[in-house]
Parts: sequence; C-alpha cells; structure tokens
Amino acid sequence: MSRLLTRRRWLQLAAAGVAALGCGVRLYAAPPNGPRFLLVFLRGGYDATNTLIPYSSSFYYEARPTLAIARPDPALEGGALALDPDWALAPALRASIGALYQQRQAAFVPFAGTQDLSRSHFETQDSIELGQPVGGTRDYRSGFLARLHGVLTSQGSAAVAPIAFTDALPLAFQGPDQIPNISLKSVGKPPFDDRQVRILTTMYAGHPLEPAVASGLELRRQVAQAMQALSDEMNASGRGAISIKGFELEAERMARLMRDSYRIGFVDIGGWDTHVNEGAAQGALAANLTGLGGGLAAFTQALGSEWKNTVVVVVSEFGRTFRENGDHGTDHGHGSVYWILGGSINGGRIAGEQQRLERTDLFQDRDYPVLNDYRALLGGLFRTLWGLTPAQCATIFPQSAPRDLNLI
Amino acid sequence: MSRRRSQAIARARLLGTLAALAAALALAACAAPTARPLTPLRQADVLWLERVDFGLDGHAVAEYRRLGREQYLAQQLRPAVEEFPALIATQIQALEAAQSEAAARLSALQERRKAINAMAEGPDKEQARKALNDAGNQLAYQAIRLQLLRAVYSPAQLREQMTWFWLNHFSVFQYKGDLRWLLADYEEHAIRPNALGHFRDLVLATLEQPAMLQYLDNNQNAAGHLNENYARELMELHTLGVDGGYTQQDVQQLARVLTGVGINAGAAPHLKPEWQRLYVRRGAFEFNPARHDFSAKVLLGHRISGNGFTEVEQAVTLIVQQKACARFISRELATYFVGDAPPGRLVEAMAETFQATDGDIAATLRTLFLSDEFAAPHAGKFKDPMRYVLSAVRLAYDGRTITNTRPLLDWLNALGEAPYGRQTPDGYPLVAASWESPGQMSRRFEIARAIGTGNVHLFDAEDGGTATVTGFPQLSNRLYYEAIEPFLAANTRAALDQATSPQEWNTFLLAAPEMNYE
Repeated sequence: MSRLLTRRRWLQLAAAGVAALGCGVRLYAAPPNGPRFLLVFLRGGYDATNTLIPYSSSFYYEARPTLAIARPDPALEGGALALDPDWALAPALRASIGALYQQRQAAFVPFAGTQDLSRSHFETQDSIELGQPVGGTRDYRSGFLARLHGVLTSQGSAAVAPIAFTDALPLAFQGPDQIPNISLKSVGKPPFDDRQVRILTTMYAGHPLEPAVASGLELRRQVAQAMQALSDEMNASGRGAISIKGFELEAERMARLMRDSYRIGFVDIGGWDTHVNEGAAQGALAANLTGLGGGLAAFTQALGSEWKNTVVVVVSEFGRTFRENGDHGTDHGHGSVYWILGGSINGGRIAGEQQRLERTDLFQDRDYPVLNDYRALLGGLFRTLWGLTPAQCATIFPQSAPRDLNLI
Repeated sequence: MSRRRSQAIARARLLGTLAALAAALALAACAAPTARPLTPLRQADVLWLERVDFGLDGHAVAEYRRLGREQYLAQQLRPAVEEFPALIATQIQALEAAQSEAAARLSALQERRKAINAMAEGPDKEQARKALNDAGNQLAYQAIRLQLLRAVYSPAQLREQMTWFWLNHFSVFQYKGDLRWLLADYEEHAIRPNALGHFRDLVLATLEQPAMLQYLDNNQNAAGHLNENYARELMELHTLGVDGGYTQQDVQQLARVLTGVGINAGAAPHLKPEWQRLYVRRGAFEFNPARHDFSAKVLLGHRISGNGFTEVEQAVTLIVQQKACARFISRELATYFVGDAPPGRLVEAMAETFQATDGDIAATLRTLFLSDEFAAPHAGKFKDPMRYVLSAVRLAYDGRTITNTRPLLDWLNALGEAPYGRQTPDGYPLVAASWESPGQMSRRFEIARAIGTGNVHLFDAEDGGTATVTGFPQLSNRLYYEAIEPFLAANTRAALDQATSPQEWNTFLLAAPEMNYE
C-alpha cells in the first residue's frame, strides 16, 4: 500500500515539475538563507552524565567512584568546563562544543528523552525515530523527519530537500516520499555515464523501486561533483596537506551538501554503549566525544555564513545508569541530555525542566527521569524554525504539544 | 496492490513464453530420444529454489530437477557430508582459523600478550603489538573467508543460509575484545552444527561460547557486580523478542542466574571443596561457582533455586518453551524467507510446529517451505546484500572455483552487511526497507558492474599473487537460458538489447529487478 503511495506521490511531484531534471529526479538547489536542520543520532545510549556533569550533586561522586570526572577547577588545565553552578562540560568537549557554548551557539537540555521504558537500544531508537505516541500501534513506514518533510513540501516550500548521510535509510526518514541517502565516509567517481544511467533507470520504469533507482543514480552523480569541487578547493587553499579523518571529514562533506543543496539532514554515529571500561576524563567515552565534538566544529566551520541559518540537535536513545556498574562502565538508563547547536540560537544555557540529582531523586532508583519529552522539544523547535501551524505540528508529532524552550 | 496486478500480468505473459519453451524442449527431446525428457522449470520452481538456496547454480538446479521439491528439501534439511569442489576443499583445509579451538587460541593469545607486556617500551614492543594485531585481523578474515567459500560452494545450501541467519540472530562484532581470535570457533562449533537442530541446543551452544560471553560482557557478570547486558539481549534478541512478556525485573533475575558464566583459558581456579563439584569447564567456557549468586531467583514467574550451572540450563529451557519464543523465532524466519510482513497464519503454523517438536528448526522450516504462503505467487523477496552478492557470484561463476574472496567481502562492506561487521547485537535488519534505499541501489549497481566486467581479482591468489584466470564472466550461460531468460520482463529485455558489449550486458542483467528479487 505504502509502495503505491510512494510511486504515486513521486509521479505527482515529478509531473508538477518540481525542478525535474534529466531522468526525472528532483535536483535540489536550496535558495540561500532558509533554515537548515541536522539531526545527529548517537546510537548505543551515550553516557550523558559524564558529558554534562552534574557537579553540584555529591551523590554523583559517590555513585561513580572510578568514573566521576573531577569538579571544574579554574586552576586545573583542561579539566571540566563549568557551564553554570550545577553543570559542567566534559573535558573532551571543551575545545569544540565548549567554545560554541561560550559564543551562545550551544545549549543543553538535560532530562530529555522518550517515555519509552523498554531500556532496549533497538526498541527505543525505533520509538524515537518514528516519533509516534508511545504505547500505540507503530507504523514503521512513517518516521518523524519524513513527516516534517511532508508538511514542509505541502506547505509549498519546494526547497526543503532532505538527505540521510547513512548507508541505509533510517527509520526517521521512512515515509511516502523517497528520501535519498548516501554515506559520505568515502566517495568516489560515479561509475555510470549518462547513457547507462538512462538505460538502468528505464529498466525500472513502472517498478516500485523506480524512484529509489533514479534518485540513487542521480545523487551519486551530484555528490561526486560536489566532492570534487570540495577537494579542489581544499587543495587550492593548501589544506590538502592536512589529513582530515573520520567523522571530521564526513562532517565537512555533510556541511558542503547542506550548504548547497539540502535542508533536512540525518546522520548517526555508533559506539556509545559503554558497559565496560568507559573511562572518565580520558578513555573510551572521552575519545568518542572528542571525535564527535571535532566533527561538529568542522561542520559549523564548513557551513560558513549558512551556519547562522542552521540548527543541529544531538540525541541518543537513552541515558545510562547514574551509578557505575561492576565493570567500570554504565548500563542502560532512561533520561538523557540533548544538545542544541546553531549559529543564531539563544544558547549558552541549560534549558528545560530540571531537578536535583541526589540519591532519592533518581528515576526507579537508577536513572535520570525524563522531564523534557523529545517530541515536545523538537516540535517546539520545528514550529519556530519553519513557522508551523498547530495542525502541522500535530502531523509531525501526533498527540504532543510543542514546547517552546526559547532556544531559537 | 498494483504491483501484484502487474506481476500477475507479467506472469500471464510468461506462461506464453513458457508454453513456447516447453514445445521447444519437447522437440529437442524428440531429436535426442536417449535423453530422459525433463519438464521445464516453472517460475514458481525457480523462485522456490532461489530462496531455499543462496540463489541458483547449475548443481542446485540439476539436483532439484532430479529429486523434485519434497526430496530436495528433505536432503537440504538433513544434509549429508558436504562434497566441495577439490580446489575449495583444499582452500578450506589450508585455513588456520578452521583448525584449532577457542581455548587453545585464547591461551596462545594470552601468552603472547604476556610476552609483549614484559618487553621494554620501544620500537620492538610496538612491532610485536602490531604483529599481534595483524594476526587477529588475519584470523578474522579467514573466518569470513571460510563462511563465504562455504556459502558459494556448499551443496548444503540451506544449512549455509541458516548459518548466516543464526550468526545474524546471535550476532557478534569482530572488533570487540578478543573476538577476532574466536569467530571461527563460534561459527564452526556453535552455529553451523546446530543450524538445523534444536533451538535450545543452539542457545546453549552460543551461551558457552567465549565470543558471545565477551561480546555481551557476561564474562564480567559476577555476584555483587551484576552486568545485565547479556541477560537482556538473551531474552530480547535471542529468544522472546522485546514484546515477549518479560520485565526489567526478569532481566535482573536472569542476570543473577548468569553470574559466574564466563571464560577461562588457563588453569582452573582454587575453589572451596563444596564448590569444586559445581565447577564446570568445557574448552574456554567456565562456570565458576565462586562468582555465582546462589540466592533463589524468580524468572518469568517461576522459582529457580540457587544450585549452580543447572540454573542456567533451567532458565534457558524455561525461556525457549514460552509460546512467545516459538512465535518470535517463527516470525523472524518467515520474515527472512518470505517477506517483510509474513502472513500471521504462516507464523502461527510454524510456531505450532516449533512447540510440538521441542524447537526443531528443521521441522519448523519444513512447515515454512511447504506452506501455501511460501509457494503462493507473491511479490518476490527483495534480496539483502548477502543474498544479492552470493547469488550474483554463483550465477556468474557457476562451476568455476574462485581463489580470492576479498572482493566479496569488499562488496558486502560497501553495502553495509559484512559478516561479523554489525556493531550492535541486534544483527542486520531482515526487512527490505533497510536495503532498497537510493544509496543502496546505486551501490548495488556499481557492484553489478564490478562483477559483470570481471575486473575484480576473484581468481588472484589470496597472498596477492597474480591472476590465474582473467576476463569477464559468461552470464548468458546454460543456467541463464534454463532458469532466468524465460522469465525476464520486457523492460529488462529492452535494456539488455541496448548493451554495447558483453560486459555491459552482464552489468545490466545483474542490475535488473529479476536479479534483485527472489
């Protein structure tokens, strides 16, 4: 059924001549200055407690005898960075996200997350990406970013092009329209010439996979061009000598595509499930945070003047247990801390509902509670970012009232 | 819906082609009266066989025609000793990973680590560390090579598919801990021998594997230092499913049951006399009573009194006997073999077989493969990357023995489904939606091109030596005319007609919808 919709919807769009090009794929060219949104999903449940450190809680230091990160101390070079009287930022993020925070371009929302209580990675990730009311029947062909895109498209904004920077299309982008995906971890020359692209696409004419085939081949060509331009530019500016690797390189490529062509982006990063030997100021989690922070900093740089029109939200499926376990790690918890970054956000603060974090305050005696529901939070951001009506907000997040945390 | 209809039309059109082909074959039979006439393959036969095997090859088609469906299935469900082509058998025997067991490997690894740690800091120590790391990579690659060679060439095709399915179900990731040293043992001794056996044996076999115990941290789970990682996934991913009726309380109780289940490749620990008789050791698997929580537990409403490793066996038996387990496993199997939303009636029928036969996997599969739902005309199952790559290679290089499996692994990496490459324990998704996105399709076509043009070093020596065979594969072979050509859609024929070289013709064929569905 949904396949039929996919195809019909696509044909309508193509027929409407929404920037139809070549083999019939929409080629996006976003006009400058419109809002851009990137969702970064940390898969595995990152340890929010050792990222945004609740240093005013003495229980934090009791509950994590080997994992706690020392209280911020101005005399201590490279320690945790105090953000306010209660919260400090992990040393690993000091240079990257800490700098953004000080420029009021970063904010944190602690006690954020979903009401889903399964404490299962996969269940909770699915639940968040679908963005449907918890407890109802799930429609796996309807993710919240796809619904956001649908709402903006029907509003008549032709240029809200979505893209997933992933090998497989994430659930968040499942929906009636075929959303393109491409991983930017490595990119090469396109393997097919125009004639071959035409033959391959025609071979799928009328087939349910026709939109995917057409869009995949076109995107491959487009990305190869953009990346060629990027590498030319980097060589020209002498930066070819510096070897940029990993997420930083990927993030720079993402920024290039979002600057020029795309408006709604998604990327995910794995490796956050720290049950064993998590480390504290240094170690496994710190290394992951350093890579993530460096990549996001590179992303802001590469967007250039468009950074002021861009909002990045970093989420994860759940937080981890407040107490460390027997293996110098932490287990699956509940509430998390979400990050909001943007060139013109109202940042430099800790937003949303908060509470104390002593022994008796934990949710089910083990975790952060969820005081800031992610659907209300993202709904509020989208509403401001694109000026959505209540009905549109309800389409994206049914049965959820958007909450304005005054972040934009 | 529209897709069903168009497929029905295509099928009706094909029946015409089929009739013509039957007539042609009948003529051929008249011309050569000594040959036993074979009925031509119907499209339903092709689709059935493609799904039971990793796609078609000449041997499978010949066997299917010789034995008929039921007999062919019987043979696949209880495979005899496999006969590999000689060159493949030699390759398999030569692999170091195929030889020793986890215990020997782990103790050798620990010795080597100890020696390295004793060295003074400096370039020699760095060198030794690097050599050890390389050895781990080499062993992991060999385990993958072993899996891929078997998947392409084993006549026990269903067992190989089920080996993949269970490795994915009980998924482990090669880059955690010492897993690279343990993968081959895991696959060869826990998964493959039980792939068509009883589910309880399979669960217990994985539970006693160092690879699993390290991957899900149960080697760290001890009385007073609970680690609930394995306990949770054992119920959520391995047996009951997330809606399988257990609670967070059950997870903690099972974690306590599993305390003391761990790994030891060295000498047995010194134990108090009353614990010695409770100590269990099989290879590198160890149950250490000194690390076990002996208090009574309540799991899924059943009391389990503290008596050592028998608690674990009791708990696993209790879990796999749940109706939820029969349903969960049946639904996963049906999703893998039939499609994204398998008919509820089929899943129920399979779950009934599963329960009635004490979790007999072969019996459950028999219910699946002989069901109306499996045989009925259906929309076709979209191939996941593993099936796509293997079926393309089996078709393209039918009857030839490849010597280098690196390109296969590269393609699976590019498509995001490399063996032992899933970081999270949920395994790769079984549903088509995960593999048919735009990015996936264009990557897939690039691989079609790589296979079709033959510039892929499948016949190079593994050590980097030069190719023994070069050139592109001949895809318009006998197998093609027998099982593929009669059923091609008009669009595919039109595309093939526009090819300007045999390599390009191969590329278009391997990119065609017919090669992406089974």
